[in-house]
Amino acid sequence: MIEFQLDRGSGVSTYLQLVHQVRQALRLGTLRPGDKLPTAREVVESLAINPNTVLKAYRELEREGLVAGKPGLGTFVERGFAGGTLADHTRLRRGLEEWVRQAREAGLDEEDLRALFGAVLSDSSREGVA
Amino acid sequence: MSPPVLEATGLGVRYRRGWALRDCSLAVPAGRVAALVGPNGAGKTTLMHAAVGLLAPAKGSVVVRGQVAFVAQDKPLYESFTVAEMLAFGRRTNLRWDERAALERLAGLGIPLERKVGRLSGGQQAQVALTIALARTPDLLVLDEPLANLDPVARHDVMRAIMAEVAEHGLSVLLSSHVVSDLEDTCDWLVVLHGGRLQVSGDIEELLAGHLVLTGPAEPAGELMDRSHVVSASRTGRQASLLVRGEPVLDPRWHARRPGLDELVMGYLRSPESAALPSLAGVRR
Repeated sequence: MIEFQLDRGSGVSTYLQLVHQVRQALRLGTLRPGDKLPTAREVVESLAINPNTVLKAYRELEREGLVAGKPGLGTFVERGFAGGTLADHTRLRRGLEEWVRQAREAGLDEEDLRALFGAVLSDSSREGVA
Repeated sequence: MSPPVLEATGLGVRYRRGWALRDCSLAVPAGRVAALVGPNGAGKTTLMHAAVGLLAPAKGSVVVRGQVAFVAQDKPLYESFTVAEMLAFGRRTNLRWDERAALERLAGLGIPLERKVGRLSGGQQAQVALTIALARTPDLLVLDEPLANLDPVARHDVMRAIMAEVAEHGLSVLLSSHVVSDLEDTCDWLVVLHGGRLQVSGDIEELLAGHLVLTGPAEPAGELMDRSHVVSASRTGRQASLLVRGEPVLDPRWHARRPGLDELVMGYLRSPESAALPSLAGVRR
């Protein structure tokens, strides 16, 4: 079961934060196909947010085909992400850890790391589009 | 769309000293959690009292579709009563009464029935008042400053309880508060009153998407755009900051972003002459 958290200072809308957390949990394998998402009541009872926000997030996830609502039963994970197997994730994570270690040795701080990673990511996706 | 749970048309309420509410027309759709904000004396409590039938309007009308339950700001509890006696009082004075739900709520909160109300914490008193209101199985729950005088944990607990009821029973809520951050994430409808007049009534998401905060050089702020877009403006030195409505043509020197709920509310409260009443088309005249 996933437990949602809110970052109220992030500037990211609450419903998007919920969507991102489910996607992230699917990527990391903490949520798997067949798992049940908490009900709207359970989420609002822990976070004190409007139930419509939870329903909106679940609708978005449903639209993406990641979850499916079963009337009277709840909302269930339909599929994980197509992007890579768990073994791929483990291997890539090791590579990234090594990269972070080297970057720290070179004197980059966390903000530098994020900026560099973000720049490489947006460059590569731009090349992908072109 | 289903008919609104709360609808006011040309509502006016008069006290001896003058008008507390004037020409107030608004419609809150069913299933919404509506925030009622405004400075002291804006008419928030008056609007709530008129909605629940405690006050007769001098002009116009206000209609609630279905059962309404009201919790006044000074939690209407008898301090010398035990929680059980408070429940018995509620049971005898209300036709619709869900005793089982009330007992389950109190047990879930760990509030002892034999305890005197006066010996409960502020948060527990708020929960007892809320439990009694919910036992009446209302379609519209009206709460006047439900979070006032509560510590942050109790505020969160009361909000969680209200949101859980909305999720479970789909009831509508109208609540007033001074603290806009308490309303962020919990409310999806905004009503702003100022000096007895209605300034804003609308879906919060649509309101936020329909406004921009602009920051830029102060000097061309005046001739920048069609003034009808500007809700409020402030200047500090060479920089100006504007809250604008709609999609004005922008000078490239201006930086634009969406406002937060607090910025939207403050922008209107600072400019009482501005109004955003998109939902009124069908209600007014």
